[in-house]
Amino acid sequence: MVSRKKKVIMDGKEISWTIKRMAHEIVEKSYGIKDLVIVGIQTRGVYLAKRIAREIGSIEKKEVPVGSLDITLYRDDVDSIAHQPLVKETRIPFDITGKKVILVDDVLFAGRTVRAALDELIDFGRPRVIRLAVLIDRGLRELPIQPDFVGKTYPTSKKELVCVNLKEVDGEDSVVLREE
Amino acid sequence: MRLKHKDLLGLEYLDKEEINLILETSRPFKELFTRSVKKVPPLRGKTVVLLFYEPSTRTRTSFELAAKRLSADVLNISASTSSVAKGESLIDTAKTLEAMKADFVVIRHSMAGAPQILARTISACIINAGDGTHEHPTQGLLDMFTIWEKKGRLSGLKVGIVGDILHSRVARSNIWGLNKMGARVYVVGPATLIPPRIEDMGVKVYYDLDEIIDELDVVNVLRIQVERQKENLFPSLREYNEIFGITEERLKRAKGDLLVMHPGPMNRGIEISSSVADSSRSVITEQVTNGIAVRMAVLYLLAGGDSQAVTK
Amino acid sequence: MKSIIRNGRVVDPKNKIDKKVDVLIENGKIAKIGESSQFRPGDVTRSTVTIDAQGKVVTPGLIDMHTHLREPGREDEETIASGTRAAAQGGFTSICCMPNTEPVIDSVSGVKFILATASQEGVVNVYPIGSITKGQKGEELAEIGKMRIAGIVGISDDGKPVMNAQIMRRTLEYAKMFNLPIISHCEDLNLSLDGVMNEGFTSTVLGLKGIPRQAEEIMVARDIALAELTGGKLHLAHITTRRSVELIRQAKKKKISVTCETAPHYFSLSEEDVRGYNTNTKVNPPLRTKDDIEALCEGLADGTIDCIASDHAPHLDEEKDLEYNIAPFGIIGLETMVPLILTNLVSKKILSLDQAIAKLTVNPANILGLEKGTLSIGSDADLTIIDLNLKKKIGSQFTSQSKNSPFIGMELGGFPVATIVGGKVVMKDGKLI
Repeated sequence: MVSRKKKVIMDGKEISWTIKRMAHEIVEKSYGIKDLVIVGIQTRGVYLAKRIAREIGSIEKKEVPVGSLDITLYRDDVDSIAHQPLVKETRIPFDITGKKVILVDDVLFAGRTVRAALDELIDFGRPRVIRLAVLIDRGLRELPIQPDFVGKTYPTSKKELVCVNLKEVDGEDSVVLREE
Repeated sequence: MRLKHKDLLGLEYLDKEEINLILETSRPFKELFTRSVKKVPPLRGKTVVLLFYEPSTRTRTSFELAAKRLSADVLNISASTSSVAKGESLIDTAKTLEAMKADFVVIRHSMAGAPQILARTISACIINAGDGTHEHPTQGLLDMFTIWEKKGRLSGLKVGIVGDILHSRVARSNIWGLNKMGARVYVVGPATLIPPRIEDMGVKVYYDLDEIIDELDVVNVLRIQVERQKENLFPSLREYNEIFGITEERLKRAKGDLLVMHPGPMNRGIEISSSVADSSRSVITEQVTNGIAVRMAVLYLLAGGDSQAVTK
Repeated sequence: MKSIIRNGRVVDPKNKIDKKVDVLIENGKIAKIGESSQFRPGDVTRSTVTIDAQGKVVTPGLIDMHTHLREPGREDEETIASGTRAAAQGGFTSICCMPNTEPVIDSVSGVKFILATASQEGVVNVYPIGSITKGQKGEELAEIGKMRIAGIVGISDDGKPVMNAQIMRRTLEYAKMFNLPIISHCEDLNLSLDGVMNEGFTSTVLGLKGIPRQAEEIMVARDIALAELTGGKLHLAHITTRRSVELIRQAKKKKISVTCETAPHYFSLSEEDVRGYNTNTKVNPPLRTKDDIEALCEGLADGTIDCIASDHAPHLDEEKDLEYNIAPFGIIGLETMVPLILTNLVSKKILSLDQAIAKLTVNPANILGLEKGTLSIGSDADLTIIDLNLKKKIGSQFTSQSKNSPFIGMELGGFPVATIVGGKVVMKDGKLI
């Protein structure tokens, strides 16, 4: 599937400010960082989670635990695992029971990934509350799932692709709109 | 990347990339065992039939656990209890399973080629859990996974398979798999128990274990069956143990980090001594754990079908 | 009743004919052979049936000296009626049927049964083979003399070997009196025990128990030695290996009375074809290697191998549709023999057409002592008309009651288009009359 670049939705600077703002929002809504943990969804959600955790750490001068979740085994489309058959790391090195979990992903679209992440998370324990933080909400939901913390809302059509690039993986920070 | 066939009938039919995929996929499944909730949902709603014409506790329970931990429904059909005992042919049994809409059939049979009959008769995914002396692919895979985990690689390792190679499906599957992954395979056993032209499979044949024991990185010990003695394939178990038994004495010349493996069940004191079986070189119990992870990976990968884009 | 076959290329190896001539048949006998110009006006009248064989080959009726008709006992697999129909379909006018039925044909009553049933229901000539030992048990000689008088043309314990060399010796000596060929199935049962395919690399890879070639070769050597000792008339059935061919070649040089046959599957398929576990590759002796195929072709070309015979062995689907280890040995062959010979031997120039036809006519006739296999004037009007250019894919519908053939789906070239027995057309253009 060949796609071509249409537009840059966010550049590196915007991403940096947005993450700072989101970090503040999270601390605000959570009444501080007591019992707060951050879990990123593989792959880019994990890097975003780490960045958010770092920001929170510099705000509150205290570290927040970060975990990673690979949802491949919980997807609802096992028959079509061909694109991502390899299961990446799920590492939650802390107990999540009773905690306030911030689930982080890069793009929120149909909501199926988040649904899978919720199922997997609950197999690890019983959090007090789970809140969702995403960098981009591109609309077109297929499940009743809404984010609590949004970097940017950007309505799109089904023919478009929203690609988040992060320095850690892609060499640069940007959010790009592409068309098939 | 996905598996190229709908069935797993033997390691002869897999290529290096597919074997790699299965081994890589086995890792996260093994990690699951450390969680308190060891179950994940990918095969929820799927039916896995365990069709065992030969008795087997080890392999059957391994597959059963693997399927259940993937949230599949498991059906156990064993030869002694079902219509199979009443003489129902394999083809008719297959058609019954098709009518029941089984998604997977794991078959163990005493005759080579039985899984092939199923594979061409029904549309379910067929997994060969051992067909006569032909292949036992998941055993070959779990053996390779065990070596890979411990040694970090397979390529270039020297692996010795010792025992009744002639009647061993485990040996054949190991030979196929290890060769494809670049290991060097040696088979050792009495001349009467080495199959004709086995060298053409790409292995070196030795009748004297002591000749190569110091070079091996891994020794995979096969079970010797008492019945074979009656067929004049070797004179006594005592003699077998003397010449081919894996004992502490024999391993004195072996590498310090030699891995000792056995597909089980063991005849302690015959092909392997108790002290070796329980020693630090032995990874025999780990093979059992790995078996579940590898079988989960196989079921999971076989369930994957046509590719579709992932929606977030 | 007169009929004339016109415009065909007549190939009669016995009489060394290979030319475009016409054949006149009268009252079930060959009346005249010659070019059209040589026929007098009275020869061909309005009542003479004309068969146009333009572009086709006309040969003496083909003979298959090794078939299993399964009647009495396994009429579900095949009967004398259906087996002879399959023979007619395959272009054969005479066939020999082996005695390993249920019960075994080891006495006069058995022979009479076969002959009576064949004359009532058979569509082609049937020549019974009697068993060597009672019940084919390999222990006591059967009443060979009485069976000979009743009409057998040979004796065999086929399906099994005669393991006891002393019994084989006695048989060769005794049967000499009746000028009967002993058709020997060469297999050392102790070596072949439980084997299901040729022993070698393929059997190792497939995990199937192998039958070493020595199981055949040892018995071939033994039987030749006994033939030399006794002067009996030895005929070796289904030869498959290089060394077997070599042993026979040497024996013939020494003028020992030995003849032999091979079956089309042995020069058309190899042990490689067993991959995939199709039980229609399970035959005894088993399919061998490509090198053996080469040796068989050499043996056919230099005359070491005298005949080709199908070893037609029908089995039901339910019997063959089983695990390779337990499926019975055997495949049908009457309807595929001619196309396999034409495609794999004649087209590939391993045999000339004349040589190939000899293997199915004059040679078996000589061995069995039958006055068949030629178009000499006055001989029975058994003829086969073959279209060398007819290409067809072997379908899964057979005239035989059983369908256990490994050649289904194979495209072959050269098929019989008419079979005439005693002057009567019994098959034309693939349809039984």
